[in-house]
Formats: sequence, structure tokens, C-alpha cells
Amino acid sequence: MKLHNISFGNIKRRKGKMLFLILGLVIGISTVVTLLSITQTMTRNIEERLNQFGANIVMVPKSENLSLNYGGIDVGGVSYKVREFDQEQLKDIKTIKNSKNLSIIAPKVLGPVTVKGKNVLLMGVLFEEELALKTWWHKTGGAFPEKENEVMLGSQVASLFGFKIGDTITLSGKPFQIATILNPTGASEDDAIIASLGVSQRLLGKQGKLSMVEISAFCQGCPISEMTLQIAEKFPNAKVTAMKQAVMSKMQSIDMFKSFSLGVSILVILIGSLLVLVTMMGSVNERTREIGIFRAIGFRRGHVMQIILLEALLLGIIGGIMGFVIGNLIAYGIIPIVIKDGAFAGINANLGIVSILMAVALSLLASLYPAFKASNMDPSEALRAL
Amino acid sequence: MTQINHLIEIHGLKKKYQSGDISVDAIKQMDFFIDDEEFIAIMGQSGSGKSTLLSIMGALNHPTQGKILVDSLDLYSLSTEQRADFRSEYIGFIFQSFQLIPYLTVLENVKLPMAVTGRTKKIKNQMALEVIDRVGLGAKAHRLPDQLSGGEQERVAVARAIVNKPPIILADEPTGNLDSKTAEEIMLLLQSLNKDGHTVIVVTHNQDVKTYATRSIKVQDGECFA
Repeated sequence: MKLHNISFGNIKRRKGKMLFLILGLVIGISTVVTLLSITQTMTRNIEERLNQFGANIVMVPKSENLSLNYGGIDVGGVSYKVREFDQEQLKDIKTIKNSKNLSIIAPKVLGPVTVKGKNVLLMGVLFEEELALKTWWHKTGGAFPEKENEVMLGSQVASLFGFKIGDTITLSGKPFQIATILNPTGASEDDAIIASLGVSQRLLGKQGKLSMVEISAFCQGCPISEMTLQIAEKFPNAKVTAMKQAVMSKMQSIDMFKSFSLGVSILVILIGSLLVLVTMMGSVNERTREIGIFRAIGFRRGHVMQIILLEALLLGIIGGIMGFVIGNLIAYGIIPIVIKDGAFAGINANLGIVSILMAVALSLLASLYPAFKASNMDPSEALRAL
Repeated sequence: MTQINHLIEIHGLKKKYQSGDISVDAIKQMDFFIDDEEFIAIMGQSGSGKSTLLSIMGALNHPTQGKILVDSLDLYSLSTEQRADFRSEYIGFIFQSFQLIPYLTVLENVKLPMAVTGRTKKIKNQMALEVIDRVGLGAKAHRLPDQLSGGEQERVAVARAIVNKPPIILADEPTGNLDSKTAEEIMLLLQSLNKDGHTVIVVTHNQDVKTYATRSIKVQDGECFA
């Protein structure tokens, strides 16, 4: 016979009351787990979408001139005198603290080339990186360029000069085959000829130079602002800008939902704790006689507290496990309904541990006063009722 | 001059219960002693103060005034926790109406006072089964209290009281809920425990109990008459 036998025996005997107490914990914990799972899925969902939006950090050479361009309208006349930085330097980007969060690094060289007597923007890119970044680039036919003598045309350029896929285009006196023509995107590439980086650098006389670098770094938990500062430190001659607007507005919505979830969780947990407190108090009051006997046969106050708190601990563990399982089941069922294209993020083992610890802490805290009251019960008063 | 040390000494004992403006003198004045291996019957009518006296002797109820020495130990100079240890070591209680824990088996009920001792599980089991056999319930060790008759429940209460081998057994109306035949069996059991060396103190209004005791103390209106 040990004190835990008394706790187990009491739990077994008062199944109904103890189930009620566990219910309080289960409601609290499952609500927290469900809301956290929904928030997690929402965050992941939005992050995945934002990843598809392309670059969110842009690195360009520092310039002392202000831009004379607004909404794609250049009011300063066409000027392709852009400053560059060394391609060799770009490898330093991999040395920033958050380098593991760098998803795609897409360097570019820009400059004018002459086509049929007209100046056209030539954009040199690494096709593999660029196509991974610009998921909205769709070709009208053919295939994306794979060889050095192949180029791709923006829709405006193709239409202006009447080029078709498979035609040959001469750039600075050298012939190139048009591998494909892009569908209109509404962006600058509509007006550009896109060729491989190395070829473009040679055509433009900018070997080893880059005009800009687009970086995709959005991923779960990426500190975009910090990464921007880290890149800027490595490249003092570059202007590094985080395209935070879209991210921020989405994250603000998530933050608001997180605050709401936190509020609801606290409220539900308070109600759950109150339920535990009331049930435990009721259980202690019902056991006045029993506690009197324990004290009379030599149990110390601490022993009585141990019995009550041991019960609370055990019920907390059961409530935590059940709350976690039920919370995940609810989340699994409800997420596809409340989040469009949302899928359950999976069982988070850490959240499971936190749930159990939280339920145990909650149960112990709510049982502290009843346990204290029981341990301080005057045995002679308790026995007077015998 | 040799000083005689009694097992229990009660000096100038008074106990007053206060409820709001009303106060009741449960014990007005008591002075007496009990020696080792005595079988004392404390006789008195309901409300005479005998149960209060028992709870004070059992280190459960702080007296308003006076001193109670057990083995020369001033009980109420001890802290609450020290008194709990004292009860565990020195006192075996037999309560009115048995007061068994309903969700524990006979064996578990008997082992209950040993839950706070450092004995091993094996020794606890051995000691509990020994006393269960002693009270004649060896075959019913794994039954729950509500599966036993009144007399059997009283025997379990006796077994629980003696399992820790306390020198003093305090019994509050042990025959109160029993028929005369079962009451006699219980009193004989207490008598045999007394013969084994336990000091037995029984509080009762049943005059028959006197015949089993070595001495009786009459309690009336909060005073005692040896």
C-alpha cells in the first residue's frame, strides 16, 4: 500500500466525477491544439503561396540618381546606362547567417541591343533559376532555351518585330534562334529579349558583371528583414530591398488570427481550470471523513496533499493526451472546411508534449487549493462527523 | 523516593468548544493516569465528553487547558506533523461505525496505516495478512468492505488499528453497531490484544464492556470519576 494506490483507487471509484474533470481539461487542451493547428496550416498555406510569388529580396547596384519611372512609364527617356557589380562577389551571399533560408538566387545582366535598327532590352539570365522564380512565365509554344544560341522573346518584342518561334534573330551581328515566345505578363519582360547570362554578358561587353539579383527567400520562419540587412552588409555597394508589403499584409492577418486564437484559448483554459477546481473541491468535501481517517492513522499534511495532487497529475496526463488527440482530430476534420485548399499540417510531437505539460500544470494548479484545504483539515473536526 | 512513570498522564485537562457566542465545556476538569497494558473502559452517557477525551488522548484534538503526557511526551507541545508521526507510531484507532475506506479491499484497508511507513511491500503484506488472520478474516482479505457483515467490518477496523503494532489502542464505541453476540466476539478480541501487551482504552456507554476491562473510568458532565 502506497499513497498512489489511494489516488488510483479514488479515481476508479469516482469515475463520473473524474471524467467530468478530464472533460474540463480535454475541452481546454483540444481547443488550443485545434486553434494552433489551424493557425499553423494558415501560415504554411500563405507562405507556400508567397513562395510562388517569386522574389522577395531584390539587390541592385547603389545609385545616387532617383528613379524616373512610375508604373512602368519612364519619364527620363530611355537610358540603359546601368551600374553593375561583379558576378564573382555573388558567391559571398552564401555566407550570410541565414544562408539556409535562401531559396533561389537569380542574377541578371541588362543592357541594350540593336534589332532591325531599334534598341531593345536584352536580359541575360540563368534559365534554371529564372524559371524556378518566375512560375508565371508561360511559353506560347516551343521550349525554353537550353542552348547558348537560343533566346526567348517577350510578347511585345515578338509582336513589334513580327518574330515567330523558330525564326532567327540577329543581336549585335550574331544570329540566335528564337526558342519560344512568352505569353504577356504585364511586366518588363514583355519588352525584352531573354538570353543566357554568359551570352548576354559577352554581347553587352559586361563579362563578369551583373545588373541585379532577385532572391527568393520566403520560407517558414524566414526573417526577411534580417536577411536583407545581412546581404546589405556583405554587399556594401548594393541596394538590397525586401519586398515586404505582400508578406506583411498576409502575416498581419495571421497575427490577428493568432491573437484571436490566444484569447479564445486563454478563455477556454480558464473555464477548464474552473471546472477542475470545482470538481476537485467537491471531491475533497465529499472525502472529509476519509481525510479525517487518514490524518487520524498518522498521515501527515504532506501525505494528504500528495494523494490529491497525485490524482490531479494523473488526470492531467490523461486529459492532456486525450485533448491532444481530440484537438488533432478536430483540426483534421475542420481545416479543409475553414481553409480553402488547406490540408492538416500533421501531428506535431512538440505540441503533444506541450499539451500534456500544460494539462498537468493546469490540473495541478487548479487542485492546489483543494489539496491545501484537505491537508489543513482538522482531523478532530473531520472525525466529529463520523 | 521513586517516581512512578505512567503510560498516559492527564493533568488539569479542560476542553471548551466555542461556536459564535455559545461555548460548551466538553471537559471541565480531568486528572487521571493509565498504566501500560491496562484495559480501560471509559463509561459515560452521550454528550458526557468521553469522545472528546478519546480524541485528545489520540493527539487529534488540542485541549483548551491542561497537559497530556504519553510515555512522558507532552503531546500538545509537539508540532502538527510530529503529532501525526506520534499517531502513526503509538496509536491504533478503532472508530465508531468501522470507518473503512470503501474502495479499498480488506487487505488494502489494513495496510493503510503502513502507507506512510518505510516498510517494504513484502513486509507490509506479511504484517497485514498476519493481523487479518488474527482477526479471523484470512479468507476474505481481497473483499471490499461492503461485501462483509458488520462484525467482519469491525474486525477489519481492529486489524487496521493493530497492524503497526502500536502500544495504545483507542476504540470509540466498538460495539455500538453490533448485535450482542458479535459485540462479545469483538470485546474478546480486544481483551486478547490487551493480554498480548497492548494498552486498550475503550470509550462506550455499554455497561457490558466493563466486564472485559481491567479498570473503568466514569465520565459525567465533563468530569471523570475513577
